[in-house]
Amino acid sequence: MSALLDIRNATLKFGGVVAVNDLSFTVEEGEVYAIVGPNGAGKSTVFNLISRFYDPFSGAITFDGNNLLDRKADEVADLGIARTFQNIELFEHATVLQNLLVGRHRHRRTTLVEEMLFTPRVRREEKRHREAVEEVIDFLDLQPYRNKMIAGLPYGVRKVVEVGRALATGPRLLLLDEPASGLSVEETQDMRWWIDDIRKQMGITVLMVEHDMGLVSGVSDRVLALADGAKLAEGTPAEVQSDPAVIEAYLGAGAA
Amino acid sequence: MRIHFKTSYEHDIRLFADWWSFFVYAALIVVAVALPWIMDEFYLGEVTNVLIWAIAGLGLMLLTGQTGQASLGHAAFLAVGCYANVIFMELGLPFLIAFPLAGIVTGIVGTIIAIPAIRMHGIYLAIATIALSILTDDLIVLLEPITNGVSGKFAPTITIFGIEIERWTTPDRFYWLVLAVTVLCTLAYRNLLRAPLGRAMAAVRDSEVSATAMGVHIARTKAASFGISCAITGLAGALMGFYAGAFNNETFSIVISITLLMMIVIGGLGSIHGAFFGAVVVAFLPQALSIAKDSIGGGSVAIPGLETGVFGLILILFIMFEPMGIYGRWMKIRIWFELFPFARKDMFKRQKSYLKTERLR
Repeated sequence: MSALLDIRNATLKFGGVVAVNDLSFTVEEGEVYAIVGPNGAGKSTVFNLISRFYDPFSGAITFDGNNLLDRKADEVADLGIARTFQNIELFEHATVLQNLLVGRHRHRRTTLVEEMLFTPRVRREEKRHREAVEEVIDFLDLQPYRNKMIAGLPYGVRKVVEVGRALATGPRLLLLDEPASGLSVEETQDMRWWIDDIRKQMGITVLMVEHDMGLVSGVSDRVLALADGAKLAEGTPAEVQSDPAVIEAYLGAGAA
Repeated sequence: MRIHFKTSYEHDIRLFADWWSFFVYAALIVVAVALPWIMDEFYLGEVTNVLIWAIAGLGLMLLTGQTGQASLGHAAFLAVGCYANVIFMELGLPFLIAFPLAGIVTGIVGTIIAIPAIRMHGIYLAIATIALSILTDDLIVLLEPITNGVSGKFAPTITIFGIEIERWTTPDRFYWLVLAVTVLCTLAYRNLLRAPLGRAMAAVRDSEVSATAMGVHIARTKAASFGISCAITGLAGALMGFYAGAFNNETFSIVISITLLMMIVIGGLGSIHGAFFGAVVVAFLPQALSIAKDSIGGGSVAIPGLETGVFGLILILFIMFEPMGIYGRWMKIRIWFELFPFARKDMFKRQKSYLKTERLR
């Protein structure tokens, strides 16, 4: 099995703070890989490194043989990496449908002038985009909200729309930044089935940051525990949960 | 209440939601075309003015309402369009070539200016564009050999296939010309909104971070928005030149820039209707004020700053009580009637917006 995502010796510092410290891990094609860790461990920073919002101080990140560090933030989606945000970053003053259609932006084949004239080609392309988006809407049961403005939607639905927008890009690797944070028990359960289906039905590799250990152990194949930007433990959910170093990081020394 | 039962993707893509709204807009166009036979020349001129402002408003709306980039310098692009058009015509180009060319030139100028401007956010962009507006005034004076400086220029008579069009002698023809440009600009705007670029602009407006993560090139999208916005504004500027007849460096002052921005805020940011509603307010406010002054018997008394004062007051009231502008109010009234008697008072209450990350900026 070849690694889809390969992060090697990545280090990122903000002034004197070492956010990510010599971190290496690989994500294999077709697996669900979870990153856990206490607050400030650098989980979201790892995501922002992969999304190219931050430049690593040193180290290498490759995705499917492409050097990610050669790409700009807006070129990452073209490679097939899509992400969600911890604090929901949806397009507030647009409908759910429009949000998902923005996800299709990397498949845009038409030019500005064509779009202003709305040529038959643009119309054909639009239909193609909509077909792809409707599949995502069906998959995530978003039909009741299709034409609703994001600004009026409840939090739980927004979370799902975020996942939907990422799926609409047609990714190979999906980065989920705390998909279950702020969700009710039922919504978390739904999210769990969806993550399972994303991997099994769509064949998309999932890398997620999550605090809900129930969700993590339910869906993930491998778990990486981070503390202070460095790797604490890696392995199956059960292995990581019983690792003394992880328990110490969460509960303090002596708890084990 | 009308329910749209969609059976194909075409329903979502096409211009009109249903036959009813198609008929409404068709009727509107018919009335607009027939207007010269209904109205007298004075009011026809005023309606022409409204339409020209609406085109300029559409231009700024694309940039500010759709892409979220405030510009207080759009009078500069009105000026570029106006001067470019007249200079092209003086060089002997026919109107049908000079006019679109003026739009394209303004668009290119706008894109070039956008290259440094798109690095700025919010208030800084507004300040930079104010500077642009002030600079244009000076530039027109400095470029006297081309622009005639302070003494200004006169708009030539338009000839399209041998038909002469002039603001004063043939106001009806001029009105139809402006109407045609308005319809074309509105269609182009509407088409953009239902295409990927328009959605990318909205994405840039609402969240640059996630737009980037979706593969939207922020700088390119903003530059495109600047370009199209300035092109449309340039066309409006060219028409404004014909409407005014004569213009110089002071015609397109910073006051015009500010009025334009106020206009789209009052009309309703982010909607095509907003540009038109705002244009009606801007164009008819001075008339309404002078009529009101006459009726209370103070017609001959000049009150300095009355117009700007009232304008400012209206703007403040709108921002306080109806941030969605006239279009927002219009939608609320419409929905109230459509749902009658089931509309609830809290239906339009703004939902709490959840925390947004500013960390990545």
